[in-house]
Amino acid sequence: MNWFYFSSPSTFYRFAGRLAPWFFALAALLTAAGLYMGLVVAPTDAQQGEVYRVIFIHVPAAWMSMFLYFVMACYAGLSLTFNTRLSAMMARAIAPTGAMFTFMALWTGAFWGRPTWGTYWAWDARMVSELVLFFLYVGFIALANAFEDPRRGDRAASLLALIGVVNLPIIYFSVQWWNTLHQGSSVKFTGSTMHIAMLQGMLLMAFASWMYAIGATLTRVRSVILERERRTRWVREL
Amino acid sequence: MSTLEIRSLACSRGDTRLFRDVSFAVAAGEWVGVRGANGSGKTTLLRCVAGLTRPDSGSVTWDGKSTSESGAQFRSAMLYAGHAAGIKDELSAAENLRDALALREAPPSDEALRESLGAVGLGRIRHIPARRLSAGQRRRIGMARLVLDPATLWILDEPLTALDSEGEAMFASLLERHLQRGGSALVATHHAIGARQAREVRLSA
Amino acid sequence: MSGFAWAFARDLRLAWRHPGETLMVVAFFVLVASLFPLGVGAEPQTLRRIGSGVIWVCALLAAFLSLSSLFASDYADGSLEQMALSPHPMAGWATGKIVAHWTATGLPLTILSPLLAMQYGLDAATLGTLAFGLVLGTPLLSLLGAACSALTLGARGGGVLLALLALPLFVPVLIFGAGAADAQASGLSPSPHLSLLAAGLIVGSMALPPAVCAALRIALD
Repeated sequence: MNWFYFSSPSTFYRFAGRLAPWFFALAALLTAAGLYMGLVVAPTDAQQGEVYRVIFIHVPAAWMSMFLYFVMACYAGLSLTFNTRLSAMMARAIAPTGAMFTFMALWTGAFWGRPTWGTYWAWDARMVSELVLFFLYVGFIALANAFEDPRRGDRAASLLALIGVVNLPIIYFSVQWWNTLHQGSSVKFTGSTMHIAMLQGMLLMAFASWMYAIGATLTRVRSVILERERRTRWVREL
Repeated sequence: MSTLEIRSLACSRGDTRLFRDVSFAVAAGEWVGVRGANGSGKTTLLRCVAGLTRPDSGSVTWDGKSTSESGAQFRSAMLYAGHAAGIKDELSAAENLRDALALREAPPSDEALRESLGAVGLGRIRHIPARRLSAGQRRRIGMARLVLDPATLWILDEPLTALDSEGEAMFASLLERHLQRGGSALVATHHAIGARQAREVRLSA
Repeated sequence: MSGFAWAFARDLRLAWRHPGETLMVVAFFVLVASLFPLGVGAEPQTLRRIGSGVIWVCALLAAFLSLSSLFASDYADGSLEQMALSPHPMAGWATGKIVAHWTATGLPLTILSPLLAMQYGLDAATLGTLAFGLVLGTPLLSLLGAACSALTLGARGGGVLLALLALPLFVPVLIFGAGAADAQASGLSPSPHLSLLAAGLIVGSMALPPAVCAALRIALD
């Protein structure tokens, strides 16, 4: 498959337009299934009661916040290495969705924290690095839009995204390195220490978030393409 | 003797394509003028040749080797003087000149500094902070640098700006001497410079 | 003469001629650190508890304030172009500028910190840990700040944009630096925190100069 075919903004514009609705539909279905699992099927937790159910939003949001940053950083790397316009536009399209998930993770985390640990916010390693991640997203968006020349904004923001990647392992491993509030991860590859229905619910919601993120990014990149390519013939013909 | 060759250079700024398919050569002993209206891309062309701005396509070759590969070698042989002169306000003319040449790995002796600054008419004011010099006087520091710098290729962007007629004549004779010694120059300018131009690259807006 | 030596000597000479920058950083540091007891109440126990944290935050803010001068003036007057076009590799002179910047800002802060620590009634061991943490942390702040400063050259939004980029990256340095001093004050060992700071400094001094160079190239493009 000729990948460079898709790297032309006009082709990708149409391609993204056709695919986005499918991803949104999939996201809606998976969300329904996931919420059903999480709110109806999964049992009440022995220690935390009903409050724990917020993890069905909190954990997928946190996973997506990190995953989307990683994807954004990959596009940033591609845009700096190959100087392609579309990679930079994809990175710009991902950033707001990533910021949203990070904010959701922080916000739902606060709600969970209050009844569970008695505080909305604690300065533990994972929370702080997640907060730093939020500012990295916001910084990326701000920097990308801070220049007259949008290409210059692309390049500066892409470099920032790459520098900030070092935060991802810090978020992930912080709970192992420091003994703080966040529990050690209970979802491992070899098995899991939580009830199967809780795990299924979380995974369904994680996939739902992923599909939503793809749909949102594809939709957003279309507006970015339109704005950046507004002087070209194919846009004027639309 | 080294030749500068430009092949099919193209560059854009933001959304605008400034120039496309520009090709020319500058051989030893000649100077090439870059002319065009304001905004036609003269500065961008010079910056692409110098290596500051990345062109969309095309190649710049010095002495047979691409400048992107032989970077340091090209940069030692080349001197670029853009709109901003690279002069620090807090330092004196003499200090600015010494720093500029030390950066180019050609630190001058005090004797050479005094002579060159004297030759451009800054002899007695060479120790006062550059902040107190006029625009024309700061330009003359740049000319003193042309005298002392060992570079063979000069890439100059509007070198006659702010110079009075005496300064213009001084520059013309500097250029003549440089060319006679086998140097070459690429100059973007509106003016007619004394020395005879080998060819002209005209950019249209 | 190497690019590093050239840039280091020149920037120090400029800082010496124009000490305004250094004095402002130092004055800000001392002033703000002295404001806290007025606001929080001068009870010795409270001061001893918040002392290392306050001093670290003030050092952070003071370091941040000085960032805009790192590359901005050279960018504006064309010196940065000349440096980029010199035969020297960019990493050399860029690192020289960063080290000179630290010598004119981070180093005075570190030297003054014991005086402020005494004002807060910190004991000798905590004071020592605080100062040592600053010795490790302030160069790292200069390196991180240099990357952010280079990224924002020529950008709209000036200081606020720089704050948005730099302060989140400063946070881990603050956590470990203040954490080390607090650990010492509580009788625990500060070495895990200090070794992490040291590791951060080592990794930063290898990984950040290339990032700074990439950012400068983007700025000059």
